Amino acid sequence: MELFTNQVLAGIATGAIYACMALAVVMIYQAIDHLNFAQGEMAMFSTFVCWQLMQWGVPYWGAFLVTLVFSFAGGIAIERLLFKPLAKAPILTNVAGFIALYAIINSVAGLIWDFTIKQFPTPFGSSSFLGSQLISTHQAGMIGVTLILLLLLFFFFRFTRMGLAMRAAASLPESARLVGINTSWMIALGWGMAAAIGAIAGMLIAPVVFLEPNMMLGVLIYGFAAAVLGGLTSPLGAVVGGFLVGVFENLVGTYIPGVGNELKLPIALALIVTVLVVKPAGLFGRPIVKRV
Amino acid sequence: MSAAEEVVTEAPAVEAVPKRAMTLGYGTSLVMLALLIAAPLFVKNFIIFQLTMLLVYALAVLALNILTGGSGQFSLGQSAFYAVGAYTSAILMEHVGMNYALTLPIAGVICFGFGFLFGQPALRLSGVYLALATFALATAMPQLLKLGYFEHWTGGVQGLVVTKPDAPFGLPMSQDMWLYYFTLVVTVAIYIFSVNLLRSRSGRAFMAIRDNEIAASAMGIDVALYKTLAFGVSAGITGVAGGLGAIAVQFVAPDGYTILLAINLFLGMVVGGVGWLPGSIVGSAFIIFVPNIAEGISKGLSGAVFGILLFLVIFLVPHGARQIAIVAQQLIGKLKKN
Repeated sequence: MELFTNQVLAGIATGAIYACMALAVVMIYQAIDHLNFAQGEMAMFSTFVCWQLMQWGVPYWGAFLVTLVFSFAGGIAIERLLFKPLAKAPILTNVAGFIALYAIINSVAGLIWDFTIKQFPTPFGSSSFLGSQLISTHQAGMIGVTLILLLLLFFFFRFTRMGLAMRAAASLPESARLVGINTSWMIALGWGMAAAIGAIAGMLIAPVVFLEPNMMLGVLIYGFAAAVLGGLTSPLGAVVGGFLVGVFENLVGTYIPGVGNELKLPIALALIVTVLVVKPAGLFGRPIVKRV
Repeated sequence: MSAAEEVVTEAPAVEAVPKRAMTLGYGTSLVMLALLIAAPLFVKNFIIFQLTMLLVYALAVLALNILTGGSGQFSLGQSAFYAVGAYTSAILMEHVGMNYALTLPIAGVICFGFGFLFGQPALRLSGVYLALATFALATAMPQLLKLGYFEHWTGGVQGLVVTKPDAPFGLPMSQDMWLYYFTLVVTVAIYIFSVNLLRSRSGRAFMAIRDNEIAASAMGIDVALYKTLAFGVSAGITGVAGGLGAIAVQFVAPDGYTILLAINLFLGMVVGGVGWLPGSIVGSAFIIFVPNIAEGISKGLSGAVFGILLFLVIFLVPHGARQIAIVAQQLIGKLKKN
């Protein structure tokens, strides 16, 4: 039993990483109805910017804030420059655009900061949390930040004019335009917010997985899986999905014999696909009703 | 927050391409074929090898085009079918000692079955969910090939070395050149098969499902059967391509068939034009030669150059090579009138 609780705890700790990333994925999906394959690379780039600022002597929270502003502006700039012209292009062309963006950011980051692994500091310290060996204060802090982010997003979408406008622009663009909402800028805003959330995720994840241009690849796959598992329309679902994937991954590794690190990913993915086959809208997503 | 209700009459995810617009005219096809036959006579062996790979990837892109352009289903898992085909050929050649040409139909049939079975659970998924499921398949495949249980057959992490076949009947040809012509024959045969498939009753059923699934089922099309069939056919052709690829490269290993391959095939389809079968070879040329060009322009930034070139293509011609072909056709039409 103790082994079980320990593994669940450790799973929640890694799950926080996926939950963070899944939030960013859901955010962009709400705004543009696509999964952004370059999301992880955008987060990685932001994290490198933060690291660079700290190398220049800026204190952690200062660098943190500057990075958030930079990411927000960067997200909007990418939308305006690259993806606004593609708004009318077929979906598959858009996906190709995401892949191109992925290649560009990855390669540029590699050129500027090279591929050696770098340490990234944590504001929460890394001693053990409440005397437990399995969960460090950093991981507890990460869970806390994820939950606060989720709460903020909830209030933003529920109780602010801007949040309401974004929801309207995403669900019924035609009608939203008729009541005077600038839907095109709402999409840009969605990109900006997704980039900023991604940056937070990146800065929280970096102390755990270490900073390097390819650090987000695995995280993004799990983030997608978590978002799809929780339902792509629900930020709460994304967070719950993230924790579930983390816990599940750990339990599979512990209890199923013959599953080393090699098979963890395929088995986790296989189970997610099974969930989807049973409940295609995800755990918290609203099923899409088709009108003929 | 996003639409809870989707109106079916909106444009489907994959554009409708009329049957006639999916292929080239006879004249143009024959010119292309003549070019492909003549090409290896003037170049070095390494370039012949690259041309062979061009045909192999064109075949794999064609398979994806039948699935996406034909029946409107996404797949990021083509690398898994490619891997199964490659391993089937390699194992049959090296462990059973079978002739290389005979292994290809077997690879095709096995992949057809695999794809058909995979199509069953995929039936309930569409759009991003299907993309994720196929993506999971593609990430799982290299790990499965590395498993200890199959190591006796697959060679584990090290993979298998495949012997390159000689030209038969004492033909005075290098191995590379023989393999090129062999691949060309297979490719042309499968191309003709695909064109005819899409023109047949089944092909019309695929396209009806792509354009409007509900209307298709109301007209009496067995949606489940044709969707899984499309998966099966696509996987089968990809399997043959995988087998040919294994023979050409003379080596199979799990790390050759990662998700990167699937993404490349996807890019090839988009660049060539979704739903336009001759575009497959243009897309294949893009994924084989553009990374080399990018490396030539800048070593350190090759990824960025590749990305920028890709952006240029999708900005200038969002519908891929098909768009260029249509413009060219209109120009020629105008010239003829004058």
